Amino acid sequence: MKLGSLSRRLGLAAMAILFVAACGSSSTAAGATNWATTTSASAGGGMAALVAAAKAEGQLNVIALPPDWADYGDLISGFTAKYGIPINSVNPNGSSQQEVDAFDGTPNAPDVVDVGQAVALNNTAKFAPYMVSTWGDIPAGAKEPTGLWFNDYGGYMGIGYDSSKVPTITAVSDLLGAAFKGKVALSGDPTKSNQGLNGVIMAGIASGGTLDDVSKGVAFFHSLKQAGNYVPVVCTAATVKAGQTPVCFEWDYLSASHGKDVSTWKIFVPTTAIIGGYYSQAINKAAPHPAAARLWEEYLYSDAGQNFWLKGGARPVRMAAMTSAGTINATYAAALPQVPGTPQVPTGAQTAAASSYVVANWSQAVS
Amino acid sequence: MGAVPFFAYVGLFLLLPTAIIVVGSFFTKDGTFTLANFSDINKPYIIKSFTNSLIISSVSAVVGAVVGAVLAYAVVTGNPNGILRRLVTSAAGVLAQFGGVALAIAAIATLGSAGFVTQFLLDRGINIYANGLWIYDPPGIILVYLYFQIPLMVLVFLPALDGLRPQWREATESLGGSTWHYWRHVAGPLLAPSFLGCTLLLFANAFSAYATVAALLTQGGVYITLEIQNLLTSETEQTQPGLAQALALTMIVIVVIVMSLYTLLQRRTSKWLQ
Repeated sequence: MKLGSLSRRLGLAAMAILFVAACGSSSTAAGATNWATTTSASAGGGMAALVAAAKAEGQLNVIALPPDWADYGDLISGFTAKYGIPINSVNPNGSSQQEVDAFDGTPNAPDVVDVGQAVALNNTAKFAPYMVSTWGDIPAGAKEPTGLWFNDYGGYMGIGYDSSKVPTITAVSDLLGAAFKGKVALSGDPTKSNQGLNGVIMAGIASGGTLDDVSKGVAFFHSLKQAGNYVPVVCTAATVKAGQTPVCFEWDYLSASHGKDVSTWKIFVPTTAIIGGYYSQAINKAAPHPAAARLWEEYLYSDAGQNFWLKGGARPVRMAAMTSAGTINATYAAALPQVPGTPQVPTGAQTAAASSYVVANWSQAVS
Repeated sequence: MGAVPFFAYVGLFLLLPTAIIVVGSFFTKDGTFTLANFSDINKPYIIKSFTNSLIISSVSAVVGAVVGAVLAYAVVTGNPNGILRRLVTSAAGVLAQFGGVALAIAAIATLGSAGFVTQFLLDRGINIYANGLWIYDPPGIILVYLYFQIPLMVLVFLPALDGLRPQWREATESLGGSTWHYWRHVAGPLLAPSFLGCTLLLFANAFSAYATVAALLTQGGVYITLEIQNLLTSETEQTQPGLAQALALTMIVIVVIVMSLYTLLQRRTSKWLQ
């Protein structure tokens, strides 16, 4: 009886939500173009029409964008200054999965998300296809062909280190030396964190492995443990600042932020094992502000938007095209760690296979 | 009727979670029945985690029991209402509950690689980590666990020591027995069941500890409680909730065996020492 009335009430609540959602979308679709289903600015009547529609919506919801991460602080204030549309930024330290979990159909749901590769691939049903005007500059492997998701910025797996505590690193195998006793850590548990796993993959390739065979990476950390150099602590801003983890395997653009706390912090990216990782943009299929969401993407993929990411130490996806066009900010580009060599990016299947191997072998390797 | 709150409590907080674990351990992530979770326990990485957990639990229990018993004896020989006894028992009461994140942070701040004791000794030419960071290895974990194992032993072993009557010692001496004879033939046999029982309690205490190691080692499932945590959360699609529950069930079985032995030994103790 109780359960029955509860489920009825839930049903009513769900209907109410649907009703509100329906009202919301019909009012935004009142203009000439229904931006919620429009897949490019030109298809919707051009940039001027998109800007006008976005201004009519009056706001934009974003989630999990820390102001000091890839210079999102400047991007958010830059967008508001340019178009006069205020941005509601919630849960800045959330994870990729939490971003997608926040698609709850309410007017507070995020309009756009910036998520890791695995989360992007698993949630395409919740995204709306859209192609920014600079779509052609995004390499074919870095986008879903219809525009459900497209890479935004990324970097390479590097080894960040405090040069006042350890000697200069010139190869991954240096870490096995006596100078690194009790100093080397990963920025995530490789059995469950994507960044941690990519650290092991990088160590594996540097030790002669391939993207298809992560076993040499696990073996490398086993040797590191045998040498007494491995620290079973996840690198964070706090552990780096406290000196607990003077050497960390992590994405180079995130590692760069440790320079604030440790002035002698340096980043080494092995030329023989350049592992790339990208984040992706996607638009919520049921975005409360569909035009503003699309205008935000246009802004992020404009030259100005791309240069802000670069300023934050991340490599924007249009970097190659902008470098040949001469529109890249040369000062910011010069500040990036030099990476001579060809980057390799593991596919979803290679990451999954590496993950299964690491889960089955990690405990024995490091204990 | 008076027992209703008791059964409601036991049912909600003991039987229900156990039932959820038992049922969950027989299902896959998709909800189909399976026995694979139990055969998966036999994988080398799970066995390794179990072995590591059993080693730190046994060693910290035995060392904690011996040191705790000696400390408890020192307290008992003093004035029963004296300041020493009150100080030690209340300190033990607090410290026995100190395990967890607070203890791990205390260990990192003092004995961690950047801890102040480590740095103080390093400035004087003593490098306690010359052969590697053992604080994260079984010896370090055992050392940290002793900070809650010894106080717990003091608390649980004191009543047994209080049960020893001075008359027994006097009787031994009037019959010509030495101190050795007293410990070998009177106090030893009387205290043995309680001592062993308390050691088992300490073992179970360390075996089920989670927060202390989780805060100390933020990566790697090198102990069984950490392995369970790893199997439950993953960003890389590697969760195995069924296996996690099978491991939890195995832990419950081990603790039930240990605690049954503990109860038997306690019964023996209470027969002699009243």
